[in-house]
Amino acid sequence: MNDCFAPEALEALRRDMLRFASLQLRDDAAAEDAVQEALAAALDGKRKFEGRAALKTWVFAILRNKIVDAIRQRSRSVNVSSLSAEEEAMDETFDSLFKPNAHWNPGKGPKAWGDPEAALGQEQFWAVFEACLKYLPANTARVFMMREFLEFDTDEVCAELKISSSNCHVILHRARNGLRRCLEQNWFAAGASSC
Amino acid sequence: MLTCKEVTHLLSEGQDRKLTVAERVRLEMHFLVCEGCGNFRKQMDFLRAACRRYVGERSRDDDRND
Repeated sequence: MNDCFAPEALEALRRDMLRFASLQLRDDAAAEDAVQEALAAALDGKRKFEGRAALKTWVFAILRNKIVDAIRQRSRSVNVSSLSAEEEAMDETFDSLFKPNAHWNPGKGPKAWGDPEAALGQEQFWAVFEACLKYLPANTARVFMMREFLEFDTDEVCAELKISSSNCHVILHRARNGLRRCLEQNWFAAGASSC
Repeated sequence: MLTCKEVTHLLSEGQDRKLTVAERVRLEMHFLVCEGCGNFRKQMDFLRAACRRYVGERSRDDDRND
């Protein structure tokens, strides 16, 4: 049982946590703080763990709360509703997929991805998935990850970040479409298309 | 008839709230004639599944090694 607290095991765990926290906070110092606090809280808990997997699940549950705290603190200073140039560029790219009548441009519609679930078992896929998440503009990513990784309701996301619910939907739509395109271009390259 | 652009917005919102019956009927009618939007729907569902799995993997991937 002690080996889940062995230095190498803890170091590997800490690295995974740091990746997860950095992806969401986009701030290495804040991510480091959240991870340290979560690890300290978990190890102080003097709980008995049925091996490493149980410890990891427990520590990640604490880490999520620490990430939420960090987001809350910063949401006072971050203006999520202001559009960056990157976000405007994403919207332009999205609009370019459509004809003036708002139907897909020939060849630009979403392709069939075959059996995408098969990708979930492949390590390479997750590297592309993480790269695509990192590629999202910071505010877009923040809203998306609160919704999908921290599993807030959309109402809670809007309330935390003080944005209107219609803006929340616009941001989530932007994020999902950006990710979809990124995965399509970098992983699911082939397939048939469109309307 | 919904436009494809409207369909993408509704499908994204469908990940966040329960769509009304009227909205779902309009979507289904659209899918009958539009393969691209049908693909978009599957991709939205896949993204949700991938995110759940990603979070789960982060917290459970030691299961594979032990």
